[in-house]
Amino acid sequence: MEITLWHLLDALLAILLLGLAWSALSGSDLRRGVVLFMAFGLLLSLVWARLRAPDLALAEAAIGAGLSGALLLLALRDSEKPGNRTVQTPPLLQLATLLLMLLLAASFALAYVTAVTGNNGDRLAGLAFGNLEQSGVSNPVTAVLLNFRAYDTLLELAVLLAATLGILALGAERRPFRKPGLLLGGLVTWITTLLVMVAGYLLWAGAHAPGGAFQAGALLAAAIVMLRLGGMTSEGLPVSRLLRWLLAAGIAAFMLTGYLATFLDLAFLQYPEGRAGLLILLIESAAMLSIAFSLGLAYLGGSPSGWEKSSSKGSPS
Amino acid sequence: MTDLLGALFILASLGFFAAGSIGLLRLPGVHARLHALTKADNVGLGLLVVGAGLIGGDLLLALKLLLVWLLVMVASAIAANLIASHAMKDGEES
Amino acid sequence: MTETLLLTATLLLFMTLVTGLIRALIGPSLQDRMLSIQLLGTGGVALLILLGLLLDIEALVDTALVLALLAAVAAAALTRRETPRD
Repeated sequence: MEITLWHLLDALLAILLLGLAWSALSGSDLRRGVVLFMAFGLLLSLVWARLRAPDLALAEAAIGAGLSGALLLLALRDSEKPGNRTVQTPPLLQLATLLLMLLLAASFALAYVTAVTGNNGDRLAGLAFGNLEQSGVSNPVTAVLLNFRAYDTLLELAVLLAATLGILALGAERRPFRKPGLLLGGLVTWITTLLVMVAGYLLWAGAHAPGGAFQAGALLAAAIVMLRLGGMTSEGLPVSRLLRWLLAAGIAAFMLTGYLATFLDLAFLQYPEGRAGLLILLIESAAMLSIAFSLGLAYLGGSPSGWEKSSSKGSPS
Repeated sequence: MTDLLGALFILASLGFFAAGSIGLLRLPGVHARLHALTKADNVGLGLLVVGAGLIGGDLLLALKLLLVWLLVMVASAIAANLIASHAMKDGEES
Repeated sequence: MTETLLLTATLLLFMTLVTGLIRALIGPSLQDRMLSIQLLGTGGVALLILLGLLLDIEALVDTALVLALLAAVAAAALTRRETPRD
């Protein structure tokens, strides 16, 4: 096997990825660890791009680099005692963890290699590309997520909703940030606008190019994070009554489509002839809103202000 | 022909990126490093965008690239100011 | 020919980023680490554009756009990290 420049690039990417991961986890300063973790997310996005996976690169750039970092920073801020900023892990524990991680990595690598080289059956990609015309979209990733394996996506949204219920059960939201200065306020204004616009573009483009509901939802969540950083309390979120509907909207859209199909004598979630593209767009729009507000609630850290009031509005007391 | 011109622009941008990284390593203090990083890297990105637009050849792509460059410039200008004032406040407290 | 040139440029740019990242590892103050996010943001956008040309995937320019936006969000999150004083 000849050594090309591509191999050099891949080797460098791999080494840097491992090095960043290790340095983010080792060391005692937690703030340093979080910043290195954000850098790791950025680098991982580049790796996905190199591996010809632009959908993953988009998602990783939005979630890994931006949202996860912001969440970790908030967790650091809220650990009130100043001593929590550093941790001391005994070296023996570090060594044991390192060996365990290497063992896990070796197992995964072995599993992957045998799966890719051992079998000669149909690869999923071949199946997906073969049936692409009937799927209603021309982006194979969207076709798999929203058509061929739509059931999996439905269950993923259910998992996300379950996590959101857990967050809502934590109590009231975290304390907000103070009012920003002139520069940050201006940044918040136009970055939020741009994030919403690019989210809409990615949702539309997801049918024929990399993009889709998850990436768009993550960008909207980043917009909520930005508004929060700008000192607003719950102004990024809709009113509590509407918010409940929006959180469940993705799953509701899926279920409605599925049951509609059974009324038309098709299987559950089998799209009717020729309608697949439109249905996929509708489901993706609903899912984008659900994902955005679920992730936004994660950043808020609890139920937003006014949540309790609207829930007891209808009940006699 | 345009490919060669584009490649030249990209090579020039590499020089600016290198200058930014060297400045990041060798200059003393956060504020000086901010200068090196944001200014040099943004010019480098601009040259890269011109080169990429020439090699790519598509007008829509070139416009997208231009938008990306403008966005990075404004965002990094504000980010540099935020980082610098954060550094100043840290300096006051310690 | 163009591909080799672009690939070499990608490799060189990547090495430049790696040397800049050293500051993130050894930098004494927290702001030095924030600089590494800034570096990876701008450098990452550059690398994504180059990779988009190399692999002929135009969506990577969209990814560069998203990365630029999220780098701004990250910078805001990092510098607003302080505890509210009220």
